[in-house]
Amino acid sequence: MSRDSKRDNHRDTSLDLNRQPVDVKRRKLLTGLGLTAGAVAGSQLLPVTGRYVQAASSEPIRIGFQAHRTGIGASYGRWYERTTIAAAARINDMGGINGRPVEIIVEDDGTDPKRGAEVIEKFATKHKTDVAYGTLFSHVVIGSAPRAGELKMPYFVVSEGHHVASGMLNRYVLQPGITDVKSQVIAMAPWIGDNLGKKVTMIYPDFAFGHDHRDNFSEAIKAQGGEVIEKIAIPPTETSFFKYFPKIPRETEVVYHVMVGPAVLTFVKEMGEFFGANRPEIFGFIDSLEAVDMNSPGLEALDGTYFWEAMPRYATGDEHDAFYRAHVGVNETGASTTDAKDVSTYSHMFGCWETLNIIKRGMEACNYQGPDDRASLIEAVESFETFEKSDNHPQGDKVFNGKTHQAFGAQHISQLNEGKLEVVHTTSIEDGMYEDEVDYTTQSL
Amino acid sequence: MTLSALMPVLDRYFWLHIAVIAALLSLLFVLPEYHSGIMARVMVLVVYALGYNLLFGYTGLLSLGHALYFSAGMYGAGLAIRWLDWSLFPAFFSGIVAATLVALVIGSLALRTIGVAFMIVTMMFAQTGYLLILYFNEYTRGDEGFVIGQAARLIEWGSITVDLSAPDNRYLAAWLVLSLCLLVKLILVRSPTGRVWIGLRENEERARLLGFNPYRYKLSAFVISGIYAGIAGALYAILFGYAGATFASIQYSILPLLWVLLGGAGVVLGPVFGTVVMFYLVDYLSEQTSAYMLFVGVVLVVLVLVAPRGILGSLRRRLLHGLP
Amino acid sequence: MDFWPYLLLASLEGAVMAAVLALTALGLSLVFGVMRVVNVAHGEFFMLGAVLAWWFSSVSTQWFGISPALAFTVAFIMSPLVTAAVALVADRLVLKRLNYQPEATIVATIGILYIIQQLALTFYGPDARPVVAPFSYRVQLPWFGYSGYKLFVIAAAVFLLGLVWFLLSRTRAGLLMRATQQDYETAQAFGIPVSRVYAGVFAFGAMLAAMAAVLIVPIQQAHYLMGLDPLLLSFIVVIIGGLGSLRGTLIAALLIGMSDGIISVFFSPTLAKILATTLVAMVLVFRPQGLFGDRPQ
Repeated sequence: MSRDSKRDNHRDTSLDLNRQPVDVKRRKLLTGLGLTAGAVAGSQLLPVTGRYVQAASSEPIRIGFQAHRTGIGASYGRWYERTTIAAAARINDMGGINGRPVEIIVEDDGTDPKRGAEVIEKFATKHKTDVAYGTLFSHVVIGSAPRAGELKMPYFVVSEGHHVASGMLNRYVLQPGITDVKSQVIAMAPWIGDNLGKKVTMIYPDFAFGHDHRDNFSEAIKAQGGEVIEKIAIPPTETSFFKYFPKIPRETEVVYHVMVGPAVLTFVKEMGEFFGANRPEIFGFIDSLEAVDMNSPGLEALDGTYFWEAMPRYATGDEHDAFYRAHVGVNETGASTTDAKDVSTYSHMFGCWETLNIIKRGMEACNYQGPDDRASLIEAVESFETFEKSDNHPQGDKVFNGKTHQAFGAQHISQLNEGKLEVVHTTSIEDGMYEDEVDYTTQSL
Repeated sequence: MTLSALMPVLDRYFWLHIAVIAALLSLLFVLPEYHSGIMARVMVLVVYALGYNLLFGYTGLLSLGHALYFSAGMYGAGLAIRWLDWSLFPAFFSGIVAATLVALVIGSLALRTIGVAFMIVTMMFAQTGYLLILYFNEYTRGDEGFVIGQAARLIEWGSITVDLSAPDNRYLAAWLVLSLCLLVKLILVRSPTGRVWIGLRENEERARLLGFNPYRYKLSAFVISGIYAGIAGALYAILFGYAGATFASIQYSILPLLWVLLGGAGVVLGPVFGTVVMFYLVDYLSEQTSAYMLFVGVVLVVLVLVAPRGILGSLRRRLLHGLP
Repeated sequence: MDFWPYLLLASLEGAVMAAVLALTALGLSLVFGVMRVVNVAHGEFFMLGAVLAWWFSSVSTQWFGISPALAFTVAFIMSPLVTAAVALVADRLVLKRLNYQPEATIVATIGILYIIQQLALTFYGPDARPVVAPFSYRVQLPWFGYSGYKLFVIAAAVFLLGLVWFLLSRTRAGLLMRATQQDYETAQAFGIPVSRVYAGVFAFGAMLAAMAAVLIVPIQQAHYLMGLDPLLLSFIVVIIGGLGSLRGTLIAALLIGMSDGIISVFFSPTLAKILATTLVAMVLVFRPQGLFGDRPQ
């Protein structure tokens, strides 16, 4: 315990309000229960000088960030990188982790699973990072995960894929910062069944991500007394979609769509064109329009349709959201503060921010000193149960399942009104819960 | 083959290849962890490039669809492990068999065409293969791919268990397979069959007039090349624990072409150098800039202008005449 | 939707695709026919055309405040010209120095492909961005609504193709091209500036790809990885049509474009793609000279 008190001591010095004008809100921080309540609740700003003096080592904590800088994921990757840099800067301003500054080492994985695995190796053996972090695309996660496990490198992914909780990966892979797609879909089904209709046609990309949507939603809507009457799987190489829309049966009450990749805007535009004014209810995952301006030409036809959002792109006036926006450089409408045409991937990138804060909390909980403590870091994170809504977790409260290594949070349904998304419903965390499919804690470390 | 038949093969160039193989082994003990990790992976990819070189460099056939045979090997092994719980050796061989069959069928069709049509046909079949992997998502998990469990990556021999996911074992396994493939290739290209391949590359009409059936010889080159790709794919799945549709995409058909061109087409050792150089080039440049492929592009253009025969091809012209 | 209206819709979609594909593939076909160069970077010229169209149209709306229709016109003129200039530079700096030797040019154009693609990533970024269509008129048919702009694309492409045909068959430039295509050495002996014809053809081929891209970019978006698809499809069209046969290229574009639309009526989308690719491969296997090539190549 002496170490713990030492860790807390160095925080109780002074505040540097000039560096962080938004700091006032931060005093309301009450991050989580359990192991580290004291340590994290005490997080406050320190003056720049002497910040890290009392740490056992002033060597930086090195976090390897596997970024999609090029390839198909680059639109997301760019915002993941901005969020990561902002979160790390804030952590450093608050005194770093265990008194040590955080250093982010970025490596491009080209959104490619082979390069992804190489990047993990590079983090472990060349850069000697403490953890690896930040991957979005599922195939990169799955391609990299075996190497992370073998190298005993904690690998914190921000992917929303169901791969972690499905048990496919290993004990070194965790997803504590973002809800997985299975949970998101399950949480949506009751609202769709109650408010939009029971006969659903699904349009999704014909690959694993789309199939997760298909399987989980079909089951969930059945539980609501509804049914999926047609499933239209679009090949991933497709660039035009109009010809598939006639496959939507006439009795369809709700069209459920989810698309990813550079052709998403074409997809939603053509869907609007096809239906015109005479359309069924349309519900989509915001993935279909991440990084796309809601006022893009051709999107008018989607007015009045609904979207899933993990975190509302248009500011809701929430203080933690405002704090996070200011730090990451996103304005009230979800675009970059320096370029209004540069729209963020707002429903995904918060996961980077939250995950970094969880890494910090985990490292503080186990008094992380270096790579030898990687196993204790995994155990520390596994012991977390909740993350409370705060500046550390601006998306909202979360429940973390240490056995499945997966976090669960509330989801939002927003309606597009005159080019602006307005939240109409927020699910409870319980809406998205499902039975455990794995217990990673039984695997050896 | 009797020893006397082998004798002309055991010349100084044979020993040069043995020296390269020995050097690759010694790297395991010299290189720091990061680089030996890279070399383990690169050696697997070199096997792929060696096979590509047989077809492109020696027989003069430019395929744009070799990812199909690589992924046939990868899925042949991976699916056997995932669905049938096969152990390492049977799975490895099922990968090789899968690649052989696919190469045999596609090769016998595609070789009815030549030139640009051949490029397109091989590419289209590979694209079909890629889409099939996506279509049978239920079994393959499509683009997302699947992890190959640790249990299937062990060699169990009585009481001895070798874990291929341990770095040194992985390196040795990759090295062993590469060495065998390299030697087989060396023997092949200097065999009578190999000379017919080269003859077909230089002048198909003349080979025909000399009484060789071009189709048969091209098909043998195609299938052997596909087997090499399959070995590499199966080995990759087993050593790195992952199979995914990305490896069947067109990008992975173009990569061996680049490696071979850079190292030297029609030189046995060419792909070894080409793959290593290209890997380190990308690895280094990607730290400096996110536009690293830009420099890869520049390197290709400069290479083709200045040293169109690749690294070893140019070397052979100046210094090592007769290098196979 | 009932069968016949659905078939009509699929045919319309197929026609749009065929129109754009015909322009793109014609560029590739000319370059191959005249220069014997397999231009792997052709798809990147297409992408460059789209990205430049975005740039020209957004710059001209932002800085000069002109209407979308006018901005589109500016893009339609400027983007193909700039793309042609880039191609001209590539030809002079690289291809000419390689003496247009087939294998070397394949490698070189792969290099050029990466260079153009990564420059686009660096300066344009990874996002897919839309260009505003010059007009947004929705044609309401009894069974479904259809974009008026798409019909315009078909018409514009037909007009441009006619123009190219005129250029090739009725002008001196076309004569020079055809002469060079038929017999390079004789053409040279007759004092045709073959080197300049080559440069012109390469630039013109790229320009056609860029024009197709400008037409399509209000429907799809400009993205730095968008070049692969048109490249593959153009290759297919050129080969199916018979190498160097312009008439064949046009018919093949129609065939490929239409079949892509129509097969999707009968099969599930991914299966349709699988069937289409296998079909193309099989056509080539059993008729390697292409459907309309008159000589075995």
